[in-house]
Amino acid sequence: MIERLFNLVARRIDGPLMAALMLAIALGLTVIYSASGGQSFDRVGGQVRNVLVALGALWIAANVPPQTLMRLAVPVYVVGMALLVGVALFGDVRNGARRWLNLGFGSVQPSEIMKIAVPLVLAWYFHRHEEGLRIRDYAVATIILALPVGLIARQPDLGTALLIFASGFFVIFLAGLSWKLIIGMGTAGLAALPFLWSVLHDYQRKRILTLLDPMQDPLGAGYHIIQSTIAIGSGGLLGKGWLNGTQAQLDFLPERSTDFIFAVFGEEFGLAGIAVLIALYVLIIARGLMISASASTTFSRLLAGAVTLTFFTYAFVNMGMVTGILPVVGVPLPLISYGGTALLSMLIGFGILMSVATHKQLVQS
Amino acid sequence: MSAALGHALRDQRREMRVFQSRIVLSGLFILIAFGLLVARFTWLQVVQREYYHTLAEQNRISVVPVVPNRGIITDRNGEILAANFSAYTLEITPSKVANVERAIDDLSEVIEVSPRDRRRFKKLQEESKNFESLPIRTRLTEEEVARFAVSRFRFPGFEIKARLFRSYPQGEVASHAIGYIGRINDADVKRIDTQGNTTNYKGTDHIGKLGIEGAYERELHGLTGSEQVEIDAGGRAIRSLSRNEPHSGNNLVVTLDLQLQKVAEAAFQDYRGALVAIDPNNGDVLALVSKPGFDPNLFVDGIDPVNWDALNNSPDKPLNNRALRGQYPPGSTIKPFLGLAALETKKRTPEFSISDPGFFALAGVAHRYRDHKPDGHGSVNLHKAIVVSCDTYFYGLANEMGVDAIHRFLTPFGFGAKTGIDIEGELGGLQPSSEWKWQRFKQKWYAGDTVSVGIGQGYWLVTPLQLAAATATLANGGTVVHPRLLKAVQDSKTLETRELAAPTGETIPLKPEYLQLIRNAMVDVTKPGGTAARAGANAPYTIAAKTGTAQVIGMKQGEKYDEKRVKEAHRDHAVFIAYAPADNPKIAIALLVENGGHGGSTAAPIAREVFDFHLLKKKPAVKQKLGDDETASD
Repeated sequence: MIERLFNLVARRIDGPLMAALMLAIALGLTVIYSASGGQSFDRVGGQVRNVLVALGALWIAANVPPQTLMRLAVPVYVVGMALLVGVALFGDVRNGARRWLNLGFGSVQPSEIMKIAVPLVLAWYFHRHEEGLRIRDYAVATIILALPVGLIARQPDLGTALLIFASGFFVIFLAGLSWKLIIGMGTAGLAALPFLWSVLHDYQRKRILTLLDPMQDPLGAGYHIIQSTIAIGSGGLLGKGWLNGTQAQLDFLPERSTDFIFAVFGEEFGLAGIAVLIALYVLIIARGLMISASASTTFSRLLAGAVTLTFFTYAFVNMGMVTGILPVVGVPLPLISYGGTALLSMLIGFGILMSVATHKQLVQS
Repeated sequence: MSAALGHALRDQRREMRVFQSRIVLSGLFILIAFGLLVARFTWLQVVQREYYHTLAEQNRISVVPVVPNRGIITDRNGEILAANFSAYTLEITPSKVANVERAIDDLSEVIEVSPRDRRRFKKLQEESKNFESLPIRTRLTEEEVARFAVSRFRFPGFEIKARLFRSYPQGEVASHAIGYIGRINDADVKRIDTQGNTTNYKGTDHIGKLGIEGAYERELHGLTGSEQVEIDAGGRAIRSLSRNEPHSGNNLVVTLDLQLQKVAEAAFQDYRGALVAIDPNNGDVLALVSKPGFDPNLFVDGIDPVNWDALNNSPDKPLNNRALRGQYPPGSTIKPFLGLAALETKKRTPEFSISDPGFFALAGVAHRYRDHKPDGHGSVNLHKAIVVSCDTYFYGLANEMGVDAIHRFLTPFGFGAKTGIDIEGELGGLQPSSEWKWQRFKQKWYAGDTVSVGIGQGYWLVTPLQLAAATATLANGGTVVHPRLLKAVQDSKTLETRELAAPTGETIPLKPEYLQLIRNAMVDVTKPGGTAARAGANAPYTIAAKTGTAQVIGMKQGEKYDEKRVKEAHRDHAVFIAYAPADNPKIAIALLVENGGHGGSTAAPIAREVFDFHLLKKKPAVKQKLGDDETASD
């Protein structure tokens, strides 16, 4: 009886991946506890709720067969685009950016939907055209990708735009975009930089400038980077110990339970802790790539590969930003940062991965 | 298998190959990217760890000075003259407040802010930098602290601080000797800097300005300690990490006798003036009076402009330390010294006597130097000349000695120079000589100048302190007295009290019989027939004294000085010197009553009260108004 129930629950769950995810999430909870002052469980409790919700979503996603997902791809993308257009026209402005749409019963951030919808629809597109891909297909795919990315970048939300662009690009890349085109597009992108610079908002330019030289504005824009670099650097090899990070506990680190939680982690657990975290990430990514490599359809392959590579992008961009080698673009540290939305889309992504991993036979027949 | 299907399969296989190669490539890319991050972390956390560690420590650790307790000042009997108490202040850092005026208005709805507080704050604000924390209210009650705490969120830039305050429990009593502390000003900062004391004054806001507080700042201040505190990003102290305790300032015991001081001050009633009482055996200043006084407590937390103007502009000049800085002609109190000078220089013998017609005239000059007794004192020798204060005798004496011989003889007694008392601000007086006159006026010394020197008028100026020191020197038989205010220092750490050795004075060689003659004459001054008979009436001990009058305005030839008809401010100052007991002096005093008229009627009774208290511990009886004794004369 219990065995059957367990089977029902765990049937679509990939054991190794799940184990690694749970480890990372548990690590995240301990850091959130420290980052929120180490005295109350308010934040940890909130995050536990977020985790439970996201795990539920993961379970559901894992139990949805890839075919169903494929059918959902276009509707989800269309709804997402409609909402994005809605945001551009009627969105609420918060903190100087138009990111939220009030639907009457609550506010949504349509860019979050796009994090799943874009790789989904692109994987679907390449699956549809798997017989003999032509340049035209890549061009269409590029438009499918560029529309939401452009709208989100205009909100402006550079971090999310970048991540969605990355997730879409991974699909196109894995679908076999030729190197000539990749290099050509890269060159074109570099050439477009001056133009991009001219359309950036002042605060975005400032962020990039302070990234290049944080000391330019040590009390303003550069403060985050300087304090987080100090936190990580002072952590040393073994760290100052859990709850003992002076930078974190004495309020020197801003946003320390969300975007800058890695600085708390690096300060309290040192290089050793970071090595463990990166190893965990590598494990998760390796498992994801394995699943994608052995997936049976183009759609599952591309989707699984893109989800995995997007996860890597999150981790890399966040760690790079907190240590001052990438711009501060507002990307949470996956599985660790406090916050429900990012965790939800992340675990839905992993649910899809598990679905791909456990529905192989069905598709192959 | 159709060709199309085969084509599709081949295509699919090719696609699969491409996909797998790209997955492998991605994997490699990811490993390289994470490798780069690990390299970055190794750089930060291993290679540069020390650097960032230092930065983090600097972030979190702040070293704050711990101000030492200021030393306590007591009188010779242990009565407290200056002490500390701890109280809450409410302070404002103007740079953190948008509209200070408005904020203070708002504050006044929460706790009382008096107009005086506002004025004082405004003055402080003008005198200090914007980022300094300045008190708007001092000495808050517990209730006020609580009331403010409740609404403190409304007052950014306001802070309650517990501070040590200086208090002077005796108020005006001895204020000129004790001095006061005040907020450190720019001049103080410079002085502290040149003394190399800047570190020790970190955290100190007050410094001794005058009197003992000013002169012994170094002893009283103590050594500032330090505390390492952990601060958060907002600069708030979270906890103490280590503490280097401050050393409190040393406690000072001054030579003053508070009770005697009180008696002396009370004896002045409403008169302005000064009194200095010295122990002739060691120079201890037992009482140092300058009337009127001021309340040093007004200065402690910054004096407000109204009180300051009142003190500063009062015609009575309460801030002027008359005992040290008031310069007056000694009048007839100089006579015993001149008598001694004439005996020692053989210009007079004890027996020599003149017949006093009531005036003195230089040979061949019509000008008459009048005696205060118009028809003269009859036959007068030195003894009588002192007892009745005969001017004619001393006119002639001075004239025969000459000003420079007088100057030579009197200089060792301390006339014309600062006594060197151990507080600041003393003036040196003026003892005339022909050389001085030449230097000062480029004028020759005339014989007529010397005549008025004989009765302590003319160019003569002495301070009450100087006169007291000279009297003490005369009292002990010629050992020069160097007055001092600091008696002992109690080390704050070991609590050991170190008595300071009395400064040893040089001895002026004087013949005992001459000294005895002068002493006898001074004793008879306080006996019936003497000018201060009232001072000695019914005294169970003998008093040696001399009265004097310091002229405020000159009288024309032939004009009669009538005290009743002269405006009070133009009345003469009464001067008086005395010591007792005459045969074994324990106390010597000089005192001056501004516009007090004759020394015998206003000054002598004050001296008697001081002596009675010091020698007999007898508190003065109910006050009789000073100066109403018509029988006394100069």
